[in-house]
Amino acid sequence: MEATMLPEVTAGGVIIKAVLILAVISAIAGFGTYIERKVLAFMQRRLGPQHVGPYGLLQIIADGIKLFTKEDIIPQHANKLVFAVAPAITAATAFIALAAVPVFPDFTIPEWIPVLGGIFVPSIASDVNVGILFVLGMMAAGLYGPLLAGMAQANKWGILGSARTAIQFLSYEVVTGLSILAPIMMVGSLSFVDFNDGYNDNGLWLIVYQPVAFVLFLIAGYAETNRTPFDLLEHEAEIISGYVTEYSGMRWGMFFIGEYANMITIGVIASVVFLGGYNDFWIIPGWLMIIGKIAFMFFLMLWVRASWPHVRPDQLMWLCWKVLMPVAVINVVITGIVMMV
Amino acid sequence: MYEMIAFYVFAVSTTILFAITAMSKNVLYAMTSLAAGMVIISGFFFLLGADFLGVVQLIVYVGAVMALYAFAMMFFDATRDIKEKHGNPALVFLLGGLMALIFVVIFSAPIIGENVKANYPIVEGIGNAQAVGMVLFTKYLVPFEVAAVMLLVAMIAGIILAGKKMDHSLTTSDDEPVEYEDELLKENK
Repeated sequence: MEATMLPEVTAGGVIIKAVLILAVISAIAGFGTYIERKVLAFMQRRLGPQHVGPYGLLQIIADGIKLFTKEDIIPQHANKLVFAVAPAITAATAFIALAAVPVFPDFTIPEWIPVLGGIFVPSIASDVNVGILFVLGMMAAGLYGPLLAGMAQANKWGILGSARTAIQFLSYEVVTGLSILAPIMMVGSLSFVDFNDGYNDNGLWLIVYQPVAFVLFLIAGYAETNRTPFDLLEHEAEIISGYVTEYSGMRWGMFFIGEYANMITIGVIASVVFLGGYNDFWIIPGWLMIIGKIAFMFFLMLWVRASWPHVRPDQLMWLCWKVLMPVAVINVVITGIVMMV
Repeated sequence: MYEMIAFYVFAVSTTILFAITAMSKNVLYAMTSLAAGMVIISGFFFLLGADFLGVVQLIVYVGAVMALYAFAMMFFDATRDIKEKHGNPALVFLLGGLMALIFVVIFSAPIIGENVKANYPIVEGIGNAQAVGMVLFTKYLVPFEVAAVMLLVAMIAGIILAGKKMDHSLTTSDDEPVEYEDELLKENK
């Protein structure tokens, strides 16, 4: 394992990494709302936001001011403590999950930079050797946000939203686990670093060997992040706003920061596990490759949102349990047979 | 040093959270603190270097509590306190206290006797998941298989109990919604 001598991981490096992840992901999560509107607008032959700043770029700041200054309302009969804690659960679990995800390659800060020069920054803030399970488990725990929010607000639409959260969780969780199991069998490790280095050994992205698992993982990932074909929790046309019906201001905003952070986490997992991670590609450096891959996965989510109508809860359960789960099991069995023979 | 601080933080918060679970009259508080306590217990596994078990604790127990939530949502009004029935508080107190005492004695006896040693200590260079798999598929293979069969039996029983009208979707039935309404009304009368 320790063939190449890596520089020692110091506390300073880990802190820099954590700050880097927080800063970059929060910024992208804010900027993501703008990109989402603009991309959806172009796909639907509209213009999207364009009045605030050039091309509507300052719309994010306008939205931010609106969110921060909005009155924070807690309904009279709501369970106030749980109502207040729920948005924090969504945002916090989303960022805890990011602690075990590799975003950029290892690098050492150049010596000529004052104070921080020479510090080695690892690719993951915390390289637990079961990283992939940790991230999936933490993201699953994030669903307590919508669940508690819906139950605490004493609102029928909220209860419907949290009931849908529960069935959505019970549907996709099996598919996520089984779809990621086949790549885990091929790599023989649960660490993201091993997934990334596995590419170096055989030179082909895992998607070439595991196209079925890739598609299954994406579908389950969209269900996990409540993206549009599966946005049952808050579907406006049916249940007003579901679990966020009674929320306003920054509490509402925290749900969405969490949701965008989760979208990016799914994008990172898909890039590292299936698309070759942060390895250099031809002359393109690794950090640029991983940004490109994550951006593409993000764009794909918007593309899917623009293309597909949303499904009913019973259709989601039918899809997950009667179609995706058998396909995933067959995929795992075939992978096992091919590996053994 | 950091481990000590982390251990005491985790220990205190676990105790408080599970106390809330047992004492609270509000379903929402009880279930929330149960879930939070389960998450924090996984912290102990991480402290001991058992990453795999910690993550399994996270996934399995947090997911299981989620299923409990789903049931609680159907049966209770989550915003109201429930009335508890205390038939014989003295007996409950006595039995509960005795059980707690027995557990404490059972688990602390080997520690006092300094007789605790790991059967399968963590080996450098071998991952947690590999070590667990190795033990599970050699020494504990029979219990493992028996557990699998038990789960299968439970699953089949569940499907048989729930599956009588499974082919008929309530959401999409345009033809005979009246029949179901009548059945419900009859049962209520």
